[in-house]
Amino acid sequence: MSNYGFRKFLNRLFFVLCAACIVIAVIPLLSIIWEVIVRGAPQLSLNFLAATNSGGGIGPAIQGTLILIGLTSLIGVPVGILSGVYLSEFGNNQYAQTMRSINDILTEFPSIVVGITAYGVIVIAIIGSYSAVAGAIALSFILIPIVARTTEESLKLVPNSVREASLALGAHKWRTTLSVVLPSAKSGLVTGTLLAVARIAGETAPLIMTILGNRYFFQGLNQPMAALPLEIWRDSLQPQASLQAQGWGAALILILIVLSLNILVRLASKGRMRK
Amino acid sequence: MQSHRWKTLNHPTSSKFFGTKIKVTGDFLFKNLVAIVAASALVILFITAYVLSTGSAPVVERFGSGFFFGTAWNPVEGREIFGAFPYVLGTLVTSGIALFIGVPLSLGIAIFLVEMAPKALRVPVGYLVELLAAVPSVIYGLWGLFVFRFWLLNYVEIPISTYFGWIPIFSGTPFGLDLFTAGCILAIMIIPTVASISKEVISAVPNSIREGAYSIGATKWEVIRHWVLSYGRSGIFGAVILGLGRAVGETMAVAMLIGNATGPAAMPTSLFKPGQTMASLIANGFLEATSKLEVSAYVGVGLILLLLSLMINVGAHFLVTRIFKVKGGIVE
Amino acid sequence: MIDKSFGDPNLKMQSINLSAWFGSKQVLKDINLNVKANAVTAIIGPSGCGKSTFIRCLNRMHELVPTAKMSGEVLLDNENIYDKAVDPVMVRRRVGMVFQKPNPFPTMSIYDNVAAGLKLIGAKKGKNLDEIVKRSLEHATLWEEVKDDLKKPGTSISGGQQQRLCIARAIALQPEVILMDEPCSALDPIATAKIERLVVELKRDYTVVIVTHNMQQASRVSDYTAFLYLGSLVEFGATRDIFENPKNPLTEKYITGEFG
Repeated sequence: MSNYGFRKFLNRLFFVLCAACIVIAVIPLLSIIWEVIVRGAPQLSLNFLAATNSGGGIGPAIQGTLILIGLTSLIGVPVGILSGVYLSEFGNNQYAQTMRSINDILTEFPSIVVGITAYGVIVIAIIGSYSAVAGAIALSFILIPIVARTTEESLKLVPNSVREASLALGAHKWRTTLSVVLPSAKSGLVTGTLLAVARIAGETAPLIMTILGNRYFFQGLNQPMAALPLEIWRDSLQPQASLQAQGWGAALILILIVLSLNILVRLASKGRMRK
Repeated sequence: MQSHRWKTLNHPTSSKFFGTKIKVTGDFLFKNLVAIVAASALVILFITAYVLSTGSAPVVERFGSGFFFGTAWNPVEGREIFGAFPYVLGTLVTSGIALFIGVPLSLGIAIFLVEMAPKALRVPVGYLVELLAAVPSVIYGLWGLFVFRFWLLNYVEIPISTYFGWIPIFSGTPFGLDLFTAGCILAIMIIPTVASISKEVISAVPNSIREGAYSIGATKWEVIRHWVLSYGRSGIFGAVILGLGRAVGETMAVAMLIGNATGPAAMPTSLFKPGQTMASLIANGFLEATSKLEVSAYVGVGLILLLLSLMINVGAHFLVTRIFKVKGGIVE
Repeated sequence: MIDKSFGDPNLKMQSINLSAWFGSKQVLKDINLNVKANAVTAIIGPSGCGKSTFIRCLNRMHELVPTAKMSGEVLLDNENIYDKAVDPVMVRRRVGMVFQKPNPFPTMSIYDNVAAGLKLIGAKKGKNLDEIVKRSLEHATLWEEVKDDLKKPGTSISGGQQQRLCIARAIALQPEVILMDEPCSALDPIATAKIERLVVELKRDYTVVIVTHNMQQASRVSDYTAFLYLGSLVEFGATRDIFENPKNPLTEKYITGEFG
């Protein structure tokens, strides 16, 4: 058993190494949160939140991001959920299988490519200008496949007996789906949708060639618009320290939006599991 | 006919109304409505394919395969030439660094969380790792630009450059905005993807295998190394490929940290040198394009990026479904 | 009674006041049991009586379940295997185990399944290892059936063969004790008969403890039988005495099939 000491040593070594991996992965997360708070918090003021860039604020960017979130959800969530309903409730055929595969592949599309797509269709062909709606379309293209997939997954978790019980009462399939199956999967749907919205709220790349950015507050769906991620990006590349600081302030707002959505979802689903 | 009889049994009144008929069409309408909506995936795919192929047509017609293999990038009118090769290589190099650093870390995390961590730690720590995925790319870029790159510069790049600068891939004077930094930020960003899938794969390894291994006197690490990882290797390979797909398409953080080189200067000859990936090139340059041909060049790079990403993800897709079939066979 | 048997060369293992829990649920209560060397000891009892937990305490497999706890002592050659200085890995090398469902390693060949334990302790490929693998498979009466398929996966053979492969895997390490946890419960009658013959063979070289819910099997293969009920040891003695002349009415009820 001469090698036993060595085996025991390896056992301990890899325990320490694996634990170290966790630490190494968590350090960036904590550092990011720390730096964003420390550098961003001093920026916060009513003026910073409400004024335009020339007034030393990021009001248009906050407004733009909220408009984007709203508009994208308006387009993407219904389409995503209905697609998911089809895949889950009627998804036992070749057509559905194909759509499911395409959907899976879409979720992995590079977001910048989606930006080019929206640029080609909306900015060039339809509106003829960088515009808020182009950004919302681009983000919807990202949102739809994610919502469709999470919808399908949460609907599949609804036991078949629930469907059968409703059908046995004489309810039609569409009724069963809308008033029995969807409500039973409600918490899963809400969770999945909120997470998907959190994800698109921070998307930057597809906004570059769609909404472009704007120094002013919202000027119409067919006009360029500001957004927090673009604000952070542009500020970070400025030489002036005051603009860089503005970028950190914007980052704090963005991360508050995204992380609070995530934590909210986590708490909500935890409560559900306890029940 | 049958359904009609059945209905009257349950709802004696319903047959009196013509509502019965509408209800039947209701089902028909509903099914077809959601089926049409489900085609949105196909529509998005089709639009993307159309925009990218027509958009890149001018540059491909003008330069042919030279667009893929060329290294020059000159938008000056009359002397235009566009070649995507440095950015293809830059994408491969940064993704390679990301896998090289990110995969072992992710595996360590997955192993620790499934096999080693005390029960009370598992959920909260797993959640922290998942939160890494929630941080927007642009914030990784911001943090990388003002914080992380100085860590790398002072504690990794300068020491390596001092002692191993004679090796070509470490040559040059590092200043923190280079392929290496971009690769490292990608490594962090792919951790949640690779770790969470690996975690699932490792959890799916049947306990009977672990017990068999323990019963012949294996240590915990040996059980993991020779049995758990070996049983889950194809699933873990799928996780790595998905991580690669993520790294290839990641844009903002890379665009902010890679140094924004163009043309032959962007050829990845040294890790400590500014470079460019396909995604970062588009993000950094698209709005600067002045001519139709130049826009077409960016769209063309987008097309190459999409094809690469499709190849990787379709590959992973088939791999993962095939793995699950094979695994099913083993378990049964 | 324990003191008297202390130092008895025929005594291989002993459990002393052995109790075990899963979470807050106690599954074993103060079990005192002696396992004789080179004999087959059968543990019988209705399902859920703790027999599997008991033998899993004999090679410290019990503690691998996250919520599992135990108290008391288990002696192997008069040495407490739960002593702080004792490493569970070494215990498991000396006390091998065969499981309820055959669990050959699916990623390894038949050969590697048998050689895996030896490779862990540094055995190199070669004639020596080939010889041990062959002998172990012969001992498990599997050699003739698989000698041409050694490179095939361990899961490619039938269930009964897989279980004998698992026995060969345990034998290859030359353990002192072999624990069997209902080794035939997943097998057909013919495969069961083969394993039973093998168990009787094995006691020449090893000490065997076998858990079974099948009383005929216990009476066919074992020299000693312990009857466990609701986590307590009801009766323990020579198999013949237990089956022909049970002292405890509960034992009698069980072996006559009144409950179980």
